[in-house]
Amino acid sequence: MHAVLVMILQRLGLGVLTLFVVSLVIFGATELLPGDLASSLLGQSATPETVAALRRQMGLDQPAPVRYWAWLTGVLQGDFGVSLASRRPIADMMSARLGNTVFLALYAAAIAVPLSLILGVLAALWRNSLFDRVANAGALSAISFPEFFVAYILIFLLAQSGYFPSMVRLSPAMSLGDKLYVTFLPALTLTLVVTAHMMRMTRAAIINLMASPYIEMARLKGLSPLRIVLRHALPNALAPIINVIALNLAYLITGVVVVEVVFVYPGLGQLMVDSVSKRDIAVVQAIALIFASAYVLLNLTADVLSTLTNPRLMRRK
Amino acid sequence: MTGDVLLNIKGLHIEGRAGEDWLPIINGIDLTLRRGEVLGLIGESGAGKSTLGLAAMGFARDGCRISGGEITFDGIDLRAASERRKRALRGRRIAYVAQSAAASFNPAHKLIDQYCEVPVLKGMGRSETEAEAVTLYRKMQLPAPEEIGFRYPHQVSGGQLQRAMTAMAMACHPDLIIFDEPTTALDVTTQIEVLAAIRDIVRDYNTAAIYITHDLAVVAQMADRIKILLRGDEVEEADTRTMLANPKADYTKSLWAVRSFARPEAPPPKGAPLVSVQGVRAGYGKVDILHDVSFDIHAGRTVAVVGESGSGKSTVARVITGLLPPRDGQVVFDGTPLPPDYRARTRDQLRQCQMIYQMADTALNPKLRLRELIGRPARMYLGLQGRALDSRVRELLDLIELDPDTYIDRLPSELSGGQKQRIGIARALAAEPQLIICDEVTSALDQIVQEGILKLLDRLQREFGLAYMFITHDLSTVRAIADEVVVMQHGRVVEQGPKPEMFAPPHEPYTELLLSSVPEMDPDWLTRLLAARGGTVQAGAPCSGGKG
Amino acid sequence: MGVLLFLVIVIAASIPLAWLFRATLVRTLPHDIAIVARDMPLTAAFGLLVIGVYVFVAVLAPVLAPFPERAVVGTQFQPWDSTHWLGTDRLGRDMLSRLIYGARNTVGIAFATTTLAFVVGSLLGIWAALRGGWLDQGLSRFVDALMAIPSLIFSLLLLTIFGTTVMTLILVIAAVDATRVYRIARSVAQGVVVMDYIEAARLRGEGNWYLIRREILPNALAPLVAEFGLRFCFVFLTISSLSFLGLGIQPPTADWGSMVRDNATLITFGNVTPLLPAGAIALLTVAVNFVVDWQLYRASGLKEQG
Repeated sequence: MHAVLVMILQRLGLGVLTLFVVSLVIFGATELLPGDLASSLLGQSATPETVAALRRQMGLDQPAPVRYWAWLTGVLQGDFGVSLASRRPIADMMSARLGNTVFLALYAAAIAVPLSLILGVLAALWRNSLFDRVANAGALSAISFPEFFVAYILIFLLAQSGYFPSMVRLSPAMSLGDKLYVTFLPALTLTLVVTAHMMRMTRAAIINLMASPYIEMARLKGLSPLRIVLRHALPNALAPIINVIALNLAYLITGVVVVEVVFVYPGLGQLMVDSVSKRDIAVVQAIALIFASAYVLLNLTADVLSTLTNPRLMRRK
Repeated sequence: MTGDVLLNIKGLHIEGRAGEDWLPIINGIDLTLRRGEVLGLIGESGAGKSTLGLAAMGFARDGCRISGGEITFDGIDLRAASERRKRALRGRRIAYVAQSAAASFNPAHKLIDQYCEVPVLKGMGRSETEAEAVTLYRKMQLPAPEEIGFRYPHQVSGGQLQRAMTAMAMACHPDLIIFDEPTTALDVTTQIEVLAAIRDIVRDYNTAAIYITHDLAVVAQMADRIKILLRGDEVEEADTRTMLANPKADYTKSLWAVRSFARPEAPPPKGAPLVSVQGVRAGYGKVDILHDVSFDIHAGRTVAVVGESGSGKSTVARVITGLLPPRDGQVVFDGTPLPPDYRARTRDQLRQCQMIYQMADTALNPKLRLRELIGRPARMYLGLQGRALDSRVRELLDLIELDPDTYIDRLPSELSGGQKQRIGIARALAAEPQLIICDEVTSALDQIVQEGILKLLDRLQREFGLAYMFITHDLSTVRAIADEVVVMQHGRVVEQGPKPEMFAPPHEPYTELLLSSVPEMDPDWLTRLLAARGGTVQAGAPCSGGKG
Repeated sequence: MGVLLFLVIVIAASIPLAWLFRATLVRTLPHDIAIVARDMPLTAAFGLLVIGVYVFVAVLAPVLAPFPERAVVGTQFQPWDSTHWLGTDRLGRDMLSRLIYGARNTVGIAFATTTLAFVVGSLLGIWAALRGGWLDQGLSRFVDALMAIPSLIFSLLLLTIFGTTVMTLILVIAAVDATRVYRIARSVAQGVVVMDYIEAARLRGEGNWYLIRREILPNALAPLVAEFGLRFCFVFLTISSLSFLGLGIQPPTADWGSMVRDNATLITFGNVTPLLPAGAIALLTVAVNFVVDWQLYRASGLKEQG
């Protein structure tokens, strides 16, 4: 057990290091800005004096490491700075939206994970059957569809006739049931896209596993197919499946941006897109950091969990 | 031993899928096995022996199908039987021992849990099954039989796993066990223990067995009868002693003949050695793999470096070629010390020492034609161009006994295994070297092909006065081609000297163990050996022990 | 129900089309390629056919389009009629013509981006695998750090900084995607570099360039080509998504992603026209995926067909 503990601590340490590097990259990218934040904010008509004043006010006259340190310590205390466009504190702008985005992602994951695992395992077990072929072709198509295409098809089918709203308006007073109803279409869109990926990967992982010699051995021991799957395949499938889930939950992060825009969903993704078009770099930076951290943490969790399910690592020689 | 018939196979046909087509793997084979009898199935790779073994359980791998014939096990027609009926037989009355136990045990469960699975499903109590497991583990001479079952497969060595798998197969006292190359992946000294344990347990329980292998000497110890397969056809079948003494088919005779190849004595060494490995210590990371290794190679002679896996014999080759710079010591070539790193060596130094690899498949770039594969060294080192290069490549193809017009523009994938290895030889020759390092060059080849390669190497040596460093684990190859022998164990040279001295007593203990562990084509060899070793089998690292 | 019926008709129509196309290929191509074509599944034949049509349309866009790309030729949101087969858009431009020009713009930009990402990513990846040591470690850790940021998010960040012109779009997406290509090229090349024939070539004294050109690249090509298809799909979808978000290809250039965005309001009125450019994106991606699946199947020799 001791060796595993050390290994997990190593992974966690690596995760923290990755987060640090990610913050460096995100901050450093701003340094690539041609010209200067202050002058691009004020436009070409600004006088050198006003630009200099703004630079001082924004702390741009400080050297980059100092500014990075100030930014990082601020972020760690929940202070993301001030929006360049609206001059409001970024943390205030994000707080409600972060909750909404997490809600949407969890909603989609709650449907997609069980659904895709079941479909993937069935497709692998009934390999080359009609079910497998249809599921595969369907998944391949769904992967090929841009998220907004899936979203608009759903709107066309389900919202136009009035079953579900095509725009999401959330209010704090809503009951959970209402919230689930209102956000059904965006969640369904995300589910469809992610399920396709996750199903294909689960299928591949299971097929790979079923080809191993110990599964053939189990068959030659005369065990029933059900017992082979439950007792011999499943314990070894946990690690690959955990990785598949983590990878796809991370994929939700990307999907959420487009889907939020289509359904006018008040989440972080929409805020990010708005800020990109306004070139509000401070807000974009903050949201990118949040999305990237979620991504890193998901992968880290998967890493640790799959270590814990691997008997070779858990019980050293 | 001559009880009633247990397994009867008649006119069996099995096909394998290749794209849209089905190709035959087994073409109409008959097989009869009585209770308590052991049948050896012999064949080279692709002979269909594993497929036949699995068919005896009514099982065909994915992508294969049984397309004709009868399989009857103890009166039950396995081709007509339902899947459920066959499942009830497998593991209980017919058991299987796979080639790689390490891959065939489920990594997620303890050995004992995997042992108990079938007996408990059959209705036996868990505790009595565990008690019997300990008995069987003890019979299989596993260390700490009470405790070993509670380990996971990756915590147990390969030879022990193979024995644990045999114990697992015995769990329900089956009538028939299929052994599919159970010792092929093991070192010779480990192989002995497994062979002895398998033989004893099969006799004690009077179990019938089909023993599949490509090694004649091994099967001679294990089987009552031997059946020889070639590309899905039966060549001949006879009881073991008759088969060994008096093989009938030409193919069988040729299998026997391989073992008898021996080259004439090379001229005695004269003058300074061509290569001198002096006090080499080398390794990776913090670990030293080689400790103070020294030996010489003289021009025109063959030095065989012998050892089991992990002995460091291939690492020596990496030090000589400069892929692994040594930590201490040096390699002297023709009187001059070589730079330790190959990147610091001159083009001529690189040219003088060429290498032939074990796996010709990975040693030849699959996307290059033979013209470039063989021609490249001649072009690089000797500056040959155009017509001169073309005729040199043709000359080299002639030397390795391949027709230039047919082969010069082929890709490696269009050649057989033995032909690929010949291309490896031609490529080495193209550089016109003085030393060729042969790293297990015959161990991936079928026996008949091996002989051809050894003869070719011998002819080339006499023709060009080449020095060979021959790395191998196979002592019969050493007997065939070596002038001098270097025995290695755990990264040290245990013993070295001219071949006649090395093969005659007295030996160092490890050399003795190694020599005596090589199976011989004598059905009584294992029995005699075990008696000589006093009934118990000790292998691995014997620190003490008398001379044979 | 209408949509389902439509789907069934489309699939029913594409099967004989794909079959005919394959039969034509087998008849007309030289023998050794025809053998490959004969064993191709219908899905792959369909994919090749679709890709062919797209290339044809993209190349001949000015000839095929009934109206110019950017001209206002009617009133806003005209319905389908004999002049404007697919109606007009928000500004009164001909939808069909913009759809045709979109093939040239959207697909062309995606193709250029993927190619750029591939050349940079795979050369660096192979080089790192060949050299090993600190260079490999440094480059790989750097790429790992970049890959810890989801690609769309990273692209959005970079686009904020550099602005959204076509040139920055291509460079930004190519840079982000090159990290993924690097990873794959490196792992493919590592599989080749451990081969004995590479060791033999090194011991012969060959230089790095010969090793890459003659020994590694020919053996890494097949998986890299399949990967190119996958990366193209990914880049194509990313650029379309960015355009849809208004951050990619900018008006008045005709582009499928932004066409969906501009005319999306029609959907809520039950008009399918804005779905057509989205469908055009989906169809091409499906087609490329079908072909890639077939290539992967051929490369791995797995006994299953999609």
